[in-house]
Amino acid sequence: MRSRQAIALLALVGCFVALYLWLHALGVGGALKCGTGGCETVQTSRWAVLLGLPVALYGVVGYCVVFVVALLALRPAAQRQRGWNRLLAGLATIGFGFTLYLTFVELFLIHAICRWCVGSAVIITAIWIVALLSLRSPAPRTDPVA
Amino acid sequence: MNRFYVVLVVVAVVLGALLFVILRQSGGAAAAASTPPVAVTDDGFRGYTLGSDSAVVEITEYSDFECPFCANFATVQMPTIKEQLITTGKVRWRYRDFPLPIHQYGRYAAHAAQCAGEQGKFWDMHDQLFHHHQWALTGKDPSGLFRDFAKTIGVDLQRYDQCMASGRYASRIEFSRQEGDKLLVNGTPTFFINGKMYNERANSDALKAVADSIIAHTPPKQRAPARH
Repeated sequence: MRSRQAIALLALVGCFVALYLWLHALGVGGALKCGTGGCETVQTSRWAVLLGLPVALYGVVGYCVVFVVALLALRPAAQRQRGWNRLLAGLATIGFGFTLYLTFVELFLIHAICRWCVGSAVIITAIWIVALLSLRSPAPRTDPVA
Repeated sequence: MNRFYVVLVVVAVVLGALLFVILRQSGGAAAAASTPPVAVTDDGFRGYTLGSDSAVVEITEYSDFECPFCANFATVQMPTIKEQLITTGKVRWRYRDFPLPIHQYGRYAAHAAQCAGEQGKFWDMHDQLFHHHQWALTGKDPSGLFRDFAKTIGVDLQRYDQCMASGRYASRIEFSRQEGDKLLVNGTPTFFINGKMYNERANSDALKAVADSIIAHTPPKQRAPARH
């Protein structure tokens, strides 16, 4: 259960990171707080929009889905169902794959790094690792306690 | 388990508050650099130039960094003009600011170019602003992007930030715009060849033909030695 709690917590943090980038894409809040990074270069590049929607919106939706699934998996009735672990691992793998693509675009096509994107990449990678480890953990005890 | 949900709520509240603060603090385009100054003074500056000081032909361009036609000219025509006219010593190119009031960030972009210019990077910033012109299409505050451009071309960001915040060149830009007004500039880009407004179609071939014609009609003594 610890792994599901960790995933829920990480997804919540990731959701706020993606939310900030999405609000910026909508023109809320002016320039990104980015230090010396290349956030604006990344966020105004043509790769910042996918199928007509800001990439950050996919992040918001993705993290929210992972967060909700993790909360559902934490219900007492679901705690012994290992299918939730597989579902979380599947979702995390999709997110991790998408992040790999975005990191490739930043490094090799845009030639700029957005610190917020790096933050999101770290979060989804952590979620992915925790989700994979949860698949290997032993099944919870189901035999009645005497 | 209940303690975990309390932690979740606390984390959500803290992150929400943090997000609110960050969004409120995001400065955006400094007003001093994006609005006309109250008083306009002549600092003697007459635009950045490219090419030989002794060139027989001088082309002055009144331009607006947010103008799509100017961006098209800068990216499509200018490379050929540089190759055929400027580097050969035939033409000296002068850039003058003429930010149009319909453009929200044209004046701010001109100021960014001037702040890069004080560090010897005007033309690098000019190229960044025109070659990455997508900023002009989004309508979003481009201040962070321009800062990225400045960083890319090797501008000292601390000096750049101070320059932008102070609006140091707002008066110079407005002076240039008023100068354009007096010369009856009514759109961008507008070109003057040796002080005379050029109203024909401006592309590299046409400008080369005019420059070659002027040079051909100039006595040899007055011509600049061609550079190879």
